[in-house]
Amino acid sequence: MIELAGFNIGHGRGKLLNDIDAHFCAGQLTALIGRNGAGKSTLLRAIAGLNRRYGGTIRLAGRDMRTMDSAETARTLAFVGTDRTRVGALRCRDIVAIGRAPYTNWLGHMQEVDRRAVDEAIESVGMTDYADQSTDRMSDGECQRIMIARALAQATPVMLLDEPTSFLDLPGRYELCRLLARLAHEHEKCIIFSTHDLEIAMRTADRIALIDSPRLICMPADELSRSGEIQRVFGLPDDIPGLTLPRQEA
Amino acid sequence: MKRRRLTFMLLTASIILLFAIDMAVGASGISPEEVISALCGQSASPAVEKIILHIRLPKAIVALLAGIALSVSGLQMQTLFRNPLAGPYVLGISSGASLGVAMVIIGAPLFSFGGTIPALGTAGAAWLGSAAVLLLISAASRRIRDIMVILILGMMLSSGVGAVVQILQYLSREDALKAYVIWTMGSLSDVDWLQMAILAPSVAAGLIMAAASVKGLNMLLFGEDYARTAGLDTGRCRTLIFISTTLLAGSVTAFCGPIGFIGMAIPHVARLIFDDSDHRVLLPASAMTGAAVMLACDIISKALILPVNAICSLLGIPVVIWLVMRNKSLNV
Repeated sequence: MIELAGFNIGHGRGKLLNDIDAHFCAGQLTALIGRNGAGKSTLLRAIAGLNRRYGGTIRLAGRDMRTMDSAETARTLAFVGTDRTRVGALRCRDIVAIGRAPYTNWLGHMQEVDRRAVDEAIESVGMTDYADQSTDRMSDGECQRIMIARALAQATPVMLLDEPTSFLDLPGRYELCRLLARLAHEHEKCIIFSTHDLEIAMRTADRIALIDSPRLICMPADELSRSGEIQRVFGLPDDIPGLTLPRQEA
Repeated sequence: MKRRRLTFMLLTASIILLFAIDMAVGASGISPEEVISALCGQSASPAVEKIILHIRLPKAIVALLAGIALSVSGLQMQTLFRNPLAGPYVLGISSGASLGVAMVIIGAPLFSFGGTIPALGTAGAAWLGSAAVLLLISAASRRIRDIMVILILGMMLSSGVGAVVQILQYLSREDALKAYVIWTMGSLSDVDWLQMAILAPSVAAGLIMAAASVKGLNMLLFGEDYARTAGLDTGRCRTLIFISTTLLAGSVTAFCGPIGFIGMAIPHVARLIFDDSDHRVLLPASAMTGAAVMLACDIISKALILPVNAICSLLGIPVVIWLVMRNKSLNV
């Protein structure tokens, strides 16, 4: 679904990532991990088309990103960033409806198919009961779910999330990552999310992409946990519980 | 849905009512019957007809247009900059206009150009001034991605232009200084039908462009990153909004002087009345609320014979303070 070929990014002498060849498949949840400043966001933003100063090629669904216009990209890829998730006096349904923007007319008029897509997206993240409420009194986890529903409503084969778990408590983080895994498997989506939660990433994601500047190590989660690469990159002792445990089924 | 329609109907009714009151109130004490017959062209006295058709009617229409234009422009700026304190003048439109006017009123006598300055000259200079500021900002915004940098740039430009105006004021003669200061107080009454023929189409064009920016504004609520990944050409949308704001706020400022506060306060009032941040609702809501409030301000300023700018602020400040205290926050 997403292919990086000869990809490099970073400014000046120190390339954050250099000569990367990687492939992210449909139906899989990939967790992107790495130290602070390793280039997690930079990589995600490049794939999302928000940073075009990269070398090499990014292919989305087989097409070179540089040849796609913004409307095409918007139908292929949805992005959930670290920007705020609360807008006052806007119902959840309206927020999710904005995800239909690539398909609606100049006024954003919603047709029956758009309304159905919005309802389905809200249901997929388990927020149907909140559809007509505003985000003012919702928890961070609930807001993040609505942002994910908005990305789902965009109906794209690829979804990228930049640190979606950062404001959530521990159970919230697990729940959110399980939700992402379920969406990837059930909707055959290619989902990549960046995170600092190594343990949760190992337990919920299918694959891990570990940035070891300037390399990108991509492996199935259980394979990576046995390889000792994480301990090496993060400078951790070998016996951190959770990182060495066999992966549990979500 | 039902409540929203009812609110829009109530707003429409209050605009009509306020427009009627604005037509009926004035210094010359003309009775409402005479006002109506003058409007129908059946007035007995040509003097009354002149007052109604050439003073009160254009003034009421200008109040309506100014309220609509400033509120819509303020809403656009608040969403674009994601800042509840933004208003039509954050980009320096009013300081640009001030510079234009200061050059004409103060500068011309200083360099001993001709004596009297036609009103259209003042308005033209103001318009050119705000358009020039906007051109500068737009040119910068092509190179600058971060919208906050543009906001800071606009404010710096405002201060710089303000300093130039201050120097002009310092050097100016007394009568020119007074003429300039009175312009800064804002007035709805200096617009004749000829000027209206420029003002009304400019505002209409600005409103059409504002309507075209509604979908983009909704997408921008979640930040530029999101808007771009959802397919919005943010550069084009920004330019559209900038031009729209210059047409709206720039034209009104050119003909009426800088009218403060309305543009910043009305979008918040509209947001609270309608409890909605969807710009498809909020944009017409702000326009209509602005029209109603501006008409009310004009009525009060006529009754007290005070500058309309001062009335807008005196009336608006308690409303906004009350809103902030009640809700503990202002959203965008």
